[in-house]
Amino acid sequence: METLLCEVTRGVMTLTLNRPDRLNSFNVALHQALAKCLTQAEQDDSIRCVVITGAGRGFCAGQDLNDRNVDPNGPAPDLGESVDKLYNPLVKRLAALRKPVIAAVNGVAAGAGATLALGCDIVIASRQASFVMAFSRLGLVPDSGGTWLLPRLAGRARAAGLALLGGKLSAEQAEAWGLIWQVVDDSEFSATVEQLAQHLAMQPTYGLGLIKQALRAAETNTLAQQLDVERDFQRLAGRSSDYREGVSAFLAKRPPQFTGK
Amino acid sequence: MNPLILTQHDSVLLITLNRPKARNALDNATLQRLAEELEAAANDASIAACVITGDVRFFAAGADLREMAEKDLPATFNDLRPQLWARLNAFPKPLVAAVNGYALGAGCELVLLCDLAVAGDNAQFGLPEIKLGIMPGAGGTQRLIRCVGKALASRMILSGESITAQTALQAGLISDIYPVELCVDYALALAKTLSHHAPLALQAAKQSLRQAQEVPLQAGLIQERQLFTLLAATADREEGIAAFLEKRPAHYRGC
Repeated sequence: METLLCEVTRGVMTLTLNRPDRLNSFNVALHQALAKCLTQAEQDDSIRCVVITGAGRGFCAGQDLNDRNVDPNGPAPDLGESVDKLYNPLVKRLAALRKPVIAAVNGVAAGAGATLALGCDIVIASRQASFVMAFSRLGLVPDSGGTWLLPRLAGRARAAGLALLGGKLSAEQAEAWGLIWQVVDDSEFSATVEQLAQHLAMQPTYGLGLIKQALRAAETNTLAQQLDVERDFQRLAGRSSDYREGVSAFLAKRPPQFTGK
Repeated sequence: MNPLILTQHDSVLLITLNRPKARNALDNATLQRLAEELEAAANDASIAACVITGDVRFFAAGADLREMAEKDLPATFNDLRPQLWARLNAFPKPLVAAVNGYALGAGCELVLLCDLAVAGDNAQFGLPEIKLGIMPGAGGTQRLIRCVGKALASRMILSGESITAQTALQAGLISDIYPVELCVDYALALAKTLSHHAPLALQAAKQSLRQAQEVPLQAGLIQERQLFTLLAATADREEGIAAFLEKRPAHYRGC
């Protein structure tokens, strides 16, 4: 069975983590398959939105612990190796991708599955979904950007509570705390995700990519630095054909036909 | 195909390395053309400063390895390259590097030779020669350590690992980072700012800055004062001070 399903329809690349019997947890094969699809998403201008979701009842349970069976008498494993070689590049590529990435969290998102989802640009969760910072329960540290994201998304107090206690955060609570964009009833979940993805795939992708970069830059910039970023990005956006199209459509009172460039 | 594309923007000459298939590798022929163009620009009063750039992905990826491999010890000993680099180094007007993408090996050494360097946010700087069983041979060790200090220079040269634009900025290898698509525009704008200044003052200041890496402090201070004194005899100095006091733009004539 394919560990990752990749489908491209009308500008939307949908990546379905497909190891449902293992709650779509990560192994090396899944990482490699994701990396390959992301290369395609980076290079193919006709792909204008990426959706990541899970097959079956879960979204992603993080690292597959079957691959982590520690021999009590053997030497300690180097978990930093897979973080460095597999998880960190994935997080960086999703952040750097110049098109919107939607996490469609259909069920439980645990460990790196949770932090990975929260790092996407727009997070939609079905009402049955939940986020579990499971790391602390195994003596580990939230990775895939978890310790960077949580204080920014939830504030220090909630970040500490989530990361240290490792409890389950319901999708509704995550929405109430502002960690995610939207909770949707299970029955409407797929339709809502599809509608949002289709909408984004018809928007001025180049401009959206700049917005995404600007928001990332703002995480470390001073106001003065960020004002410079806005000046430069506006200069670039002003050169895009979608900007021209947007203005002329607005003046002509017709719907714009964006090409993403 | 011409290895260099030249365009003039007011009094700024933009030289674009144009060997995309070779990732803008600096073979002897390209270095020679570069030296010739800079020598022509040095003697052209309509050019006040020069910007060197590559393409979006490669500023310049290094020397031409095939060309290098063909040379045994005697041929390398008598290689023309050191003389070509010396000719680039002798360009008396401000030289600005606008670096997008990779500046590796000789490409990085070219950046180090420039007076100013700005970079696109995708820039990578490295001296990976050690990975090929060789070492930098055109100023890489000498200029990098003077530019970024022992720790980072040794790390880069002995490990062969590249640094990002952000690290290069912190280390003082470049002065600014811009979005890739705007890097050349900003470099031209910077060169244009310089180009409005008095040519002899620019030349003297450049020479004095260069001397800082050649001589001890006391000797450097003496040379600096000599150049400063020399400028007292120029008409442009008179004009510059008068224009400032009269709150009007200065009109320099290069004398």
